[in-house]
Amino acid sequence: MCSKTAGGPHLTNSPTVIVMVGLPARGKTYIAKKLTRYLNWTGVPTKVFNVGEYRREAVNYNSYDFFRPDNQDAMKIRKQCALAALRDVKSYLSEEGGQLAVFDATNTTRERRDMILNFGKENGFKVFFVESVCEDPSVVETNIMEVKVSCPDYKDCNRTDAMDDFLKRIECYRASYQPLEPDHYDKDLSFIKVIDVGRRFLVNRIQDYIQSKIVYYLMNMHVQPRTIYLCRHGESEHNLRGKLGGDSGLSPRGKKFARALSGYLEEQNQKNLKVWTSQLKRTIQTAEALDMPYEQWKALNEIDAGVCEELNYEEVKEMYPEEFALRDQDKYHYRYPTGESYQDLVQRLEPVIMELERQENVVVVCHQAVMRCLLAYFLDKSADEMPYLKCPLHTVLKLTPVAYGCKVESIYLNVEAVNTHRDRP
Amino acid sequence: MATSPRELTQNPLKKIWMPCKNGFPEKHTSQRKVCMTNCPTLIVTVGLPARGKTYISKKLTRYLNWIGVSTKEFNVGQYRRECVKIYKSFEFFRPDNEEGLKIRKQCAASALNDVRTYLSEGGQVAVFDATNTTRERRDTIMKFADLNGYKVFFVELVCDDPEVIASNIVQVKLGSPDYTDCNTDEAVEDFMKRIKCYENSYETLDEIKDRDLSYIKIMEVGSRYLVNRVLDHIQSRIVYYLMNIHIAPRSIYLCRHGESELNVKGKIGGDSGLSARGKLFAKCLGKFIQEQNIKDLKVWTSQMKRTIQTAEALGVPYEQWKALNEIDAGVCEEMMYEEIQDHYPLEFALRDQDKYRYRYPKGESYEDLVQRLEPVIMELERQENVLVICHQAVMRCLLAYFLDKTAEELPYLKCPLHTVLKLTPVAYGEICCETQLESIHC
Repeated sequence: MCSKTAGGPHLTNSPTVIVMVGLPARGKTYIAKKLTRYLNWTGVPTKVFNVGEYRREAVNYNSYDFFRPDNQDAMKIRKQCALAALRDVKSYLSEEGGQLAVFDATNTTRERRDMILNFGKENGFKVFFVESVCEDPSVVETNIMEVKVSCPDYKDCNRTDAMDDFLKRIECYRASYQPLEPDHYDKDLSFIKVIDVGRRFLVNRIQDYIQSKIVYYLMNMHVQPRTIYLCRHGESEHNLRGKLGGDSGLSPRGKKFARALSGYLEEQNQKNLKVWTSQLKRTIQTAEALDMPYEQWKALNEIDAGVCEELNYEEVKEMYPEEFALRDQDKYHYRYPTGESYQDLVQRLEPVIMELERQENVVVVCHQAVMRCLLAYFLDKSADEMPYLKCPLHTVLKLTPVAYGCKVESIYLNVEAVNTHRDRP
Repeated sequence: MATSPRELTQNPLKKIWMPCKNGFPEKHTSQRKVCMTNCPTLIVTVGLPARGKTYISKKLTRYLNWIGVSTKEFNVGQYRRECVKIYKSFEFFRPDNEEGLKIRKQCAASALNDVRTYLSEGGQVAVFDATNTTRERRDTIMKFADLNGYKVFFVELVCDDPEVIASNIVQVKLGSPDYTDCNTDEAVEDFMKRIKCYENSYETLDEIKDRDLSYIKIMEVGSRYLVNRVLDHIQSRIVYYLMNIHIAPRSIYLCRHGESELNVKGKIGGDSGLSARGKLFAKCLGKFIQEQNIKDLKVWTSQMKRTIQTAEALGVPYEQWKALNEIDAGVCEEMMYEEIQDHYPLEFALRDQDKYRYRYPKGESYEDLVQRLEPVIMELERQENVLVICHQAVMRCLLAYFLDKTAEELPYLKCPLHTVLKLTPVAYGEICCETQLESIHC
């Protein structure tokens, strides 16, 4: 009988619908997008279905009146949009190879949630609810300013009017809002209630591995502003010779970069900056120049090139022509003989990502393939794109969370280095 | 202008690069440790008797020690048993028993004293296992922690299911030293009365009153959790672990692949296939598994040929985990021990010095293996009946987790070929039952 060639544990057989629940401006879409990005990065095909987007395609937005509970016409349209989204969910999970679908809408009434539960039952999907509850007005207002006033609904409004209208929109939902009740009505459902932006969580009936991972991820992420700096070690002796892997030290230019990095980070003047390196000499030498405490992570070591370690690309082509060709065919899944693949790297780096989510300001001094994997997570790049992301030597990528995503700035520290990038053939 | 960077030297045992001066390593905490906080953590259990506090304390302690966080549990009940040599009856626990209350308070204080000693001598986490059901008691503990600079994390176990409670009593309380001279019915009756003594004064962790505390409330035997203010990495790992364990009865079977071609040649590592004897073992394993008639058995292998070949002979679906691959012997791969001694005498000696932390050049250490295997352990906790077909060093790591073996013992645990270990949880630990499949069955 055949086996599953999973790098990790066998996921659920049935696909899962993650259902967001909560009043507007509670971070549902933020969570939905972030969770989707994380799950896709770990190799679980996931997609967000935002009902608001369906609604925007159906009607032009005028004002909060659309959301008034007594607006029968609007209610009809809104229900149709939800159903249309669910049809696409079904298609994604049953026919397009999706494993998880995130149904992003308010879903604040039992009636709506019961409908979704029936939908799940009919199609053999598991259902997991993620409810976000927050009554801190400053948090709600910040959310509105960050993502709502600039959304397409308010493209012709000034910010004050937009805020005003949106607050009235929230009120339309409040009267009919039935939060998940773990003690009574909803005691048999699987869900997590995120309270006050993660200060508190209520978790009910986790059914399987993926739900447990989702809960763990949600409990580790935070919304504090912070900056992550990603860079490679300074140019190494092996880099100069075009050799793969190994554990060589920095070249003179590499050392110069390390000093430049130190100057740059001093200017950046970040509070409580943590520095992480791999356990390979070149990243540690780079960190030493910063004159700050740093932590070594074996998980940040460069991809293991197995039998190709310390060869240059020409030698690889000569000695292992088949391997060389195979790698270009599918660089993400390709595993070096007795070595690793990008896919293996992702699995190895998952605890690093989880800890990065917990942390605030961090500098990660790592390696080309590792940096590509981490970058792909932050910038939501596919497995296909990941092995070709540009991560040149002596360049720092500064990542700051903004709205639903991540702003990235590239800072070249003006110390020359060899180019180690190979484009997609 | 920054001073010139320090020179680096590589620690010969662990192969870690460290800054050095005049050839000597400088003290520098650079290697990532799990417990990132400088301050120790005090985990405090909360709950009525027979809710599973000691079960959780022991299991959590075992897990944390395995992942490298020095942890120790302090069970106040044990202190009480040492103080009051003979347990007479539940009357000792009556809330109006002044003498009893005094002794119990002293025992708690004595245990906290030992906690302080432990945490100041290198311990990172202490688990304070007692009912701690009143706010007054918990405040005392928090003052103690504050004074000493410890973080506090509460683990409350709430259960109102009389069947579960009765089952707990039968499973663990009847066997306790308190009830050696009682018959079952007497013991159960007394214990129920004991629980009653705590019920009136029980103040559960409250959403409002305790909103600034860090805690997890485990309800209905793990079907529901309330998590409040997780402060740091270690608390987050603890919560994740507690949410993944369960108490459903099940068995875990551990074995190595059948004898491989390289085994026959006395060479380590590599990716060879099974020898003739190895193939025979695989067949016997298949028969053994069938005879055991295990419900919903999952089979896991590594991604190396020899474990997969072994699983293939079972005729059931199996999953491959790269994380279960054998320890990477780096430059020593496919060498015989004699060859290693010849070519790398220093390495050979270093390995014997500290086999757990020793890392092969360009390879791994047992310590690295444990980190690599942590997700496997986490998933094993979630699962029910599983057969893990793996390798010698890997099996030693997994076994050390289940049997609570130290880092020093781990690399020397006996895991011979063609032997299946069946692990079944019982009371506060695990039972290990061994079956040699060489000559039996085939």
